[in-house]
Amino acid sequence: MTTDTADLTRLATPPTFQSVSGARKFKNGLATAAVWGAFLVAIVPLVWVLFIVVQRGLPIVVNADWWQKSLNGLLSRQQGGGVYHAIYGTLVQGLVCAVISVPIGLMVGVYLVEYGGRSRLAKATTFMVDILTGVPSIVAALFVYSLWITTFGFGRSGFAVALALVLLMVPVIVRTTEEMLKIVPDELREASYALGIPKWKTIVKIVIPTALSGILTGIMLALARVMGETAPVLVLAAYAPYINYNLFDGPMASLPLLMTTERSNSTAAGFDRIWGAAITLVIIITLFNLLATVVSRVLAPKTK
Amino acid sequence: MAKRIDVKELNLYYGKFHAVQEVSIAVPPRNVTAFIGPSGCGKSTVLRSLNRMHEVAPGARVEGSVQLDGEDIYASSVDPVQVRRTIGMVFQRPNPFPTMSIKDNVVAGLRLAGTKNKKQLDEVAERSLRGANLWNEVKDRLDRPGGGLSGGQQQRLCIARAIAVQPDVLLMDEPCSALDPISTLAIEDLITELKKDFTIVIVTHNMQQAARVSDQTAFFNLNGVGQPGRLIEVDDTEKIFSNPSQKATEDYISGRFG
Ligand SMILES: Nc1ncnc2c1ncn2[C@@H]1O[C@H](COP(=O)(O)OP(=O)(O)O)[C@@H](O)[C@H]1O
Ligand SMILES: [Mg+2]
Repeated sequence: MTTDTADLTRLATPPTFQSVSGARKFKNGLATAAVWGAFLVAIVPLVWVLFIVVQRGLPIVVNADWWQKSLNGLLSRQQGGGVYHAIYGTLVQGLVCAVISVPIGLMVGVYLVEYGGRSRLAKATTFMVDILTGVPSIVAALFVYSLWITTFGFGRSGFAVALALVLLMVPVIVRTTEEMLKIVPDELREASYALGIPKWKTIVKIVIPTALSGILTGIMLALARVMGETAPVLVLAAYAPYINYNLFDGPMASLPLLMTTERSNSTAAGFDRIWGAAITLVIIITLFNLLATVVSRVLAPKTK
Repeated sequence: MAKRIDVKELNLYYGKFHAVQEVSIAVPPRNVTAFIGPSGCGKSTVLRSLNRMHEVAPGARVEGSVQLDGEDIYASSVDPVQVRRTIGMVFQRPNPFPTMSIKDNVVAGLRLAGTKNKKQLDEVAERSLRGANLWNEVKDRLDRPGGGLSGGQQQRLCIARAIAVQPDVLLMDEPCSALDPISTLAIEDLITELKKDFTIVIVTHNMQQAARVSDQTAFFNLNGVGQPGRLIEVDDTEKIFSNPSQKATEDYISGRFG
């Protein structure tokens, strides 16, 4: 082999680094445009909704009366009054629902991850939870109606609403608990067993605290979600323009119920109440989300 | 107080898989026994059967007996929780409890077993951290999270946590394999010191380490993938490394396989 041919081969090898080809530039541009397009499609309606809610609702709610009075005694076209009766209903129904759902959901989640394994009961439970997750809120409401009101003979009440919300909240909490417990490494459980700590104590003192921040975030988000549910309040509670502290008896307002009720009120006052209630609901849910963030920050395992 | 372990005709299974076959070995008190052998030959499995951690794996089964000072830890009347309190364990990867401070990590075993006396817990924390050669490094930040320590410090924290419950035996599964050489040396020194009070069994991949820290060495091997692991021989460390009686041991130690 002569030096000449060696030189020739060397020249024939392409350089290691080449400039980006036109086709790749084009594909890159296309993908970038598609991603931005999708982003805009997602964000524009969101901002729009928020903007309208704030624009129409904010002037109504920056008013002490809004938070301290009910609509008791006001005519439908009369301006003024407030919605504290509906805020009370929304919060109390949501919290009672949480008080019932959290222990059930938490324990089911713990069972599925820590004890169930691949047993038949665990599989059946997972299947049920899957189904429950997909149940529309109107079906949950009608189920509670037929059981609690038609079969057991109780009246429509805030508590019946809370029961329907429980059906919607439990599967969410089970799922969150499951996911969060699953990411707790088995090494921590083993470290605890190896210290002679029994299994139940390991779960209560080591595993759940490690997963707690995620579980609480899930609970807060689930709570925010069910507080905006409309079907259960429409089916299971009658609207009242006045405050009713009794969860178990009588009509009880809530923000979604107030909004659907006022929809039949075509006056300017009705319009104001709907948008005011809307932004109030958004504010409450935002507060819960913020609380979830703070709680998870505070509880998250730290390294510093 | 340090106790002896006698393993007799131990067979270990994961479901249908026969992982370890017919292991018999005696571990004297105040002594370091090293388990060496190629990956997958069942060293960890045997180690975990010594404090009933084996049965934590789903479907895991044990045949044969393990005696602690003559008492069968697999007798039906024995509570595995009690066994684990008596025979502590340190794992391959440092695993401090992430939600707890350094001090809470150390006293976790005692506190969760019901000790509430704060003074006593403080004393145990200091004694155990000193015992694990970690006290001077962490005494000013006992309330900081354990996860903020370096890998080597975390592993010594785990050792402190294990000795805080005053076990009779300490099992260590490749305690240095995730650590740098300096932390490894620190742990090896510690093992030599702990030997005064504890019976120690250590699994190691590092033959120099086995030679440095152990008094007796057990060599495990397996005939092939899917075959059960077996104990080939166990003898004084010096003898194993200078003049083993089995050909397989010699091949492994001289680096001819594994
Ligand atoms: N939890 C488990 N389930 C099923 N098989 C396992 C489990 N742990 C280990 N094994 C198997 O048991 C054998 C011995 O493993 P191990 O004791 O971890 O070996 P070593 O520690 O010597 O590397 C291997 O074949 C491994 O795949
Ligand atoms: Mg191993």
